[in-house]
Amino acid sequence: MSHTFYISASYAVAALVTLCLIFWVWLDGRARQKELAELEASGIRRRSARPAPTDGAAS
Amino acid sequence: MPESLAITKISDLANPTRFLGLAARILPWMAGITAILFAIGLYLTFSSEGDYQQGMTVRIMYVHVPAAWLSMMCYSVMAMSAIGTLVWRHPLADVSHKTAAPLGAAFTLIALATGSLWGKPMWGTWWVWDARLTSVFVLFLMYLGLIALNRAMDDPGKAARVSAVLILVGFVNIPIIKFSVDWWNTLHQPASVIRLDGPTIDKEFLWPLLIMAVAFTLLFFTLHIAAMRNEIWRRRVSAQRRMAARMAGHAPVKTSAKEA
Repeated sequence: MSHTFYISASYAVAALVTLCLIFWVWLDGRARQKELAELEASGIRRRSARPAPTDGAAS
Repeated sequence: MPESLAITKISDLANPTRFLGLAARILPWMAGITAILFAIGLYLTFSSEGDYQQGMTVRIMYVHVPAAWLSMMCYSVMAMSAIGTLVWRHPLADVSHKTAAPLGAAFTLIALATGSLWGKPMWGTWWVWDARLTSVFVLFLMYLGLIALNRAMDDPGKAARVSAVLILVGFVNIPIIKFSVDWWNTLHQPASVIRLDGPTIDKEFLWPLLIMAVAFTLLFFTLHIAAMRNEIWRRRVSAQRRMAARMAGHAPVKTSAKEA
């Protein structure tokens, strides 16, 4: 096999693994954002994200 | 007092909500700078002349060496985060070492694969069980073990503490990898860039290599911050689902009373 094969294969492996990593992180982020949006749409929010109760509502 | 003020400021920055805000602001910039550096690095790589002995196969160095550096740097970042988990019990430290493990495994895989592809035409063999190659292979197995450990335990806090201990024990492998070429007689060449007496590599190869190394390093930090952000979101989703399940457990009282 020629040296060009080894060079091309090295760059192909590096590019493939790097691109898989980038897509995996990106897709994971999108999936989590979607889940959080769905939860928020169904009215489930973090305690710190909820509006503070007013004085009247507390009584 | 100034010291306590500094600790408070660091602690504030390490707040997950503040981290998410910071990540949203800096990630586009980091991704853009990484892409520009890769473009410059790859241009210099493919416009440089071949080595007088290795010919054009020297180009494999520009991906192999940064990936190998990152495989060790990622583990060092994990070791620092592990200290954060065990000493300060900070949840962001747990998130940091958990999300760095798959990145470290990927860069170690690139280093092993490109090293093997470089070894065949230069050494005449794909693989040899010398100290450098074996210790990097052990590092790859450690990354896989840590990923498996994190996925095997349901409680993220417990998984983080167990992983942190294992990471710190495994850190002994990092100086072994670095100095294996000096301590033992290996087929792998000794260090030619990070040396006490300065780099021995020609400047024509050194600059593209350094630019590629910075590009790979920025890529790692960009992906690490993005993966940490994803993990924080994942934990928030789990917490909110648990909360919804608890609320659902209390809610049906009205319905059952009506039915009764």
